[in-house]
Amino acid sequence: MKAAELIDRTDERLHRSDSPVDTIRLFLDRIRSGELGSLPVIVGLVLICGVFEGLNSVFLSSGNLVNLLYDSSTIGVISLGIVGILMVGEIDLSVGSVSGFSSALVGVLWVNMGWPVWAAIAAAIACGAVIGLVYAFLFNRFSMPSFVSTLSGLLAILGLQLYILGDTGSINLPYGSRLVTFGQSAFVPPPIAYAAAVLAGLALFATELRTARRRRGADLSSRSVRSIAGRALLLGAVLAALVFYLDRDAGVPWMLCLFIALVLLLNYTLTRTRWGRAMTAVGGNREAARRAGINVARAYTSAFVMCSVLASIGGILASARLASASQQAGTGDVNLDAIAAAVIGGTSLFGGRGSAYSALLGIVVIQAISNGLTLLDLSSSLRYMITGSVLAIAVIVDSLTRRSRLSHGRA
Amino acid sequence: MSAASDVAADAGAAQAMTPVLSLRGVSKRFGAVSALTDIELDVHAGEVVALVGDNGAGKSTLVKILSGVHQPTAGTIRFAGQDVTVADPAAALALGIATVFQDLALCENLDVVGNVFLGRELSPFALDEVGMELRTWTLLRQLSARIPSVRVPIASLSGGQRQTVAIARSLLLEPRLILLDEPTAALGVAQTAEVLDLIERLRERGLAVIVISHNMEDVRAVADRIVVLRLGRNNGVFYPDATNAELVTAITGASENAVSRRRARHMDAAGTEGAGA
Repeated sequence: MKAAELIDRTDERLHRSDSPVDTIRLFLDRIRSGELGSLPVIVGLVLICGVFEGLNSVFLSSGNLVNLLYDSSTIGVISLGIVGILMVGEIDLSVGSVSGFSSALVGVLWVNMGWPVWAAIAAAIACGAVIGLVYAFLFNRFSMPSFVSTLSGLLAILGLQLYILGDTGSINLPYGSRLVTFGQSAFVPPPIAYAAAVLAGLALFATELRTARRRRGADLSSRSVRSIAGRALLLGAVLAALVFYLDRDAGVPWMLCLFIALVLLLNYTLTRTRWGRAMTAVGGNREAARRAGINVARAYTSAFVMCSVLASIGGILASARLASASQQAGTGDVNLDAIAAAVIGGTSLFGGRGSAYSALLGIVVIQAISNGLTLLDLSSSLRYMITGSVLAIAVIVDSLTRRSRLSHGRA
Repeated sequence: MSAASDVAADAGAAQAMTPVLSLRGVSKRFGAVSALTDIELDVHAGEVVALVGDNGAGKSTLVKILSGVHQPTAGTIRFAGQDVTVADPAAALALGIATVFQDLALCENLDVVGNVFLGRELSPFALDEVGMELRTWTLLRQLSARIPSVRVPIASLSGGQRQTVAIARSLLLEPRLILLDEPTAALGVAQTAEVLDLIERLRERGLAVIVISHNMEDVRAVADRIVVLRLGRNNGVFYPDATNAELVTAITGASENAVSRRRARHMDAAGTEGAGA
């Protein structure tokens, strides 16, 4: 089929990307105009890994990577919620408190009051949903800036967490229980892990091939079968290599699989459903979205509720990881890490731009830094300073690329 | 109902000549302020009517009434031969009245397809991107629009191209009447010409078009009739051959211009006789 016959390739002003040279030039053009995608994060991650590996060769060992990814999964889930709330251009500063409160609630209901574990988890998640509904109500009804409502929520919910934990201050979750096993030593059996890697490649191949067929049938430009197969092979190979490397130690944590499943789910809903389109539109131009008939209040509500629910789930996962629900849970750098991860991964603070994958990439960067600094035995004072600087750099990159996108007309 | 049609028939209007939109005695008061008083307006299929007037003449209020943002205090709106009430923007769209507002209301972070189908995406749980892209190309072709790619964000388009996207979006629901609020206000010479071409193409497709504009040159270039509002009242109907001085006089009311008033009154009378009774 000749390119000239395709409906979307008729305009002579279009830059063709038929030859590999053109593809590379287009790619460079995009980068220059601020369409960075996940490139800076990946470059940053490689740099960070190189530096820490050079300083301490334990850093890239299988055992440490298993640990790093296990730890990433808990805050990563919280960070996913932040991606959702940043998409509509709002913020939730209370995710740390919500996660700590959820873990405390699970501890109190399950261990102290003898509820079945699933009921305690369900109750904690329901509480998260209610907190999100309250923020949404304050926002939609009283136009209370989310910055303020969630800041007061941060304090109020932290108070609630301390209150329900009472004098004891900390509840140990029973070792050997399914929740704690899930948080500490549940790994995917190697055959299943390899099968999943292969399946992921096949799934990518099948969906892209189907899209390409439909587009070709409709006389629209489409990817060649060769490039689809190449991408699918690459994905499968990278995943299989990762599985192989992690399996030299304990293997792939189930918790990481849960996190990745949530990432894929959020990515699908953000990019392939009407709800996701509405969220993006509200974050980009609220008034335009309203005039297009989108229920703007509902979009905000779903973002706030999703963020708080994911924060609760993250809190429960964190308590499973530590086998305890304590007064310290959710305090300290959980808030900062979750928000920083989303921003470092490439979700804009200005709303309307972002992707679920940014939570995955960002949290791995954050955890790599904190893990590497711990391995070097640096004090937490230095760790805070370095993490803070990384966040500042990420926001500067966000602002600069936004300005560049505006001047290149790609906002 | 049948009595009303009889009256319309008495007025000698053949079925084809029934106006798509006709306003009779439409008034709008905001508290003590009369924004519109006894507005009469007819728009036929395949006709471009320009609505001109000074600031505060009531053009925007009239557009907002037609697009369902405001409700008239008095008067009747007939659309396609039926008395209608336009309760809200969704009702206007359902009737077949599409509005392109001055600020276009596009999401700059979404691509052309995303904007054209915003809020009306095909298959909500697994967006039909291919179907939406095809339909977008069809709409753009109907407008003979030249947009290089529908997969670029709106931010990378020029003012004229954005106006094209906004008009293409309004065509998605196949309206019978399209309201354009200051479509050329922020555009350069070439882009203005592009948009005027677009308006002519809408007319060729048999749509009724109302264009609001401050620019007399554009108005005369594209309109079949020019309706002047002044201080919330009809202040004459002109044809493109009217001189600038006549139009400006009618718009500003700077000097007493009995000739144009009289002529306007005659035209209004011819158009409203019978239906107004």
